[in-house]
Amino acid sequence: MHHSIHVDDLSFKYPDGYPALKGVSITIAPGEKVALLGRNGAGKSTLILHLNGIFPVQQGCARVCGIDLKGCNKQELAQVRAAVGLVFQQPDDQLFSPTVFDDVAFGPIYQGLPEQVVRERVTQALADVHMGEFSSRISHHLSVGQKKRIAIATVLSMQPEVLVLDEPTAGLDPRGRRELINLLRELPQTMLVSTHDLRMAQELFPRSIIMDNGCVVADGATQALLADDVLLQAHGLEHP
Amino acid sequence: MHIHFLDPYEPGNSPIHALDARVKFVLTVTFILTTSLAPAGAWPVYILLFAISISVIVLSNLGVGTVLKRAAVAIPFALAALPVLFTVKGESLFMAQLGFVTLTASVEGTERFFSILLKSYISLQMAITLASSTPFPQLLMAMRAVKIPRLLVAIFGLMWRYLFVLADEATRLLRARAARSGAVPQAGLKTGGSIVWRGKVAGGMAGNLFLRALDRSDRIYAAMAARGYDGEVRGFALPRVPVMHQVVLIAGLIVLAALFGLSRLLGA
Repeated sequence: MHHSIHVDDLSFKYPDGYPALKGVSITIAPGEKVALLGRNGAGKSTLILHLNGIFPVQQGCARVCGIDLKGCNKQELAQVRAAVGLVFQQPDDQLFSPTVFDDVAFGPIYQGLPEQVVRERVTQALADVHMGEFSSRISHHLSVGQKKRIAIATVLSMQPEVLVLDEPTAGLDPRGRRELINLLRELPQTMLVSTHDLRMAQELFPRSIIMDNGCVVADGATQALLADDVLLQAHGLEHP
Repeated sequence: MHIHFLDPYEPGNSPIHALDARVKFVLTVTFILTTSLAPAGAWPVYILLFAISISVIVLSNLGVGTVLKRAAVAIPFALAALPVLFTVKGESLFMAQLGFVTLTASVEGTERFFSILLKSYISLQMAITLASSTPFPQLLMAMRAVKIPRLLVAIFGLMWRYLFVLADEATRLLRARAARSGAVPQAGLKTGGSIVWRGKVAGGMAGNLFLRALDRSDRIYAAMAARGYDGEVRGFALPRVPVMHQVVLIAGLIVLAALFGLSRLLGA
């Protein structure tokens, strides 16, 4: 059986020469739920953007859902994008269509699914995030918490194997955050969640990976990592 | 990842970079005026202007090839002047059959067309040298110094500031779309959707960007108003132009005035 995510010695430099990733290696098995921790600029988002081929693999290796992202063809890249649901930090970036329905339907329509299936997928995805009655609403008018959940629905409608979320609880009020945590708990997919919310990591994810300065500095059981105050402080994190 | 390629400024420590922005701005505008006022067919003047422009580029260390290549963007716009080939009366040069219409190109028209082409190319070289050797905030300062209306200068400034933000935002939208443009390994499905649907999505994105820009402008205005903005843009008094730079300014203006006089003479 292939691993859902297998990254080996991955390095990445931005066009201005800034090395954002320096030899990152992680493996995430199917069904695993993992938190990706680290301060701002640690390389978390850069890593995440590799996982469905938004950033090309410059050096090293990244295999996602059995497909090698280095040198894969257009067809395979599209398959990776369908298999990995990437939820961006800013829901406004993710919601680019006039209505909630259009946004959630984007992925399935792009895949060329028949209209009936698309409608079923949208209904199901909105129901999964408890936003069923928002289908005809205008994305622009929703609250941040609602936008976040719709953003998750926009990838659930593609029925991905892996969910990758970038800072899902950033900017949410306590209730919005609680609702989002409950939602993440309900979702069965393999999950890699980049976050500064260590309390959420503790609550939801058995395993955590800490990144700093483009490298993985710790990878293990969340409880053990979060109990290590010296480690947390050395990498700009704070015990919850 | 941020968008930087829109900013033409290239740091350097050439004499052109060091020259006071106000002097550069005034000389560039005068140069462009002199060039555009030169009559058609004043080839000696064009050659002199071109020589000045090349000398300035060489002095600026920006690379002659780079600037000349960038200035080539003017050429497609200059094609708008193509009709003068046929509309100016004079000695017939060649005929073009266009359906029922026969167009006659005149020698005078051809001369005028190539003059326009060359003049816009030379003007743009100088404008590009100015933009590449002067940081934008200093250009704004120069515009203020020559009494361009402050509101207009403020609009230029805000535009430059937020163009990058907007371009970043557009990049993130495109990225989010790419992330969901997937395919399932099921046979017989045509991915990508119909052209009309794609157009609708792109239209939605453009509309979204517009709405957000509008929202953002409201927030920026609120943030400005919260700090006491009352519609009047204020700034520090500008420092004096150093004497040496004043000398350069005067010398430059004299040369350009002489060229202008020469071009009038040749025109007459």
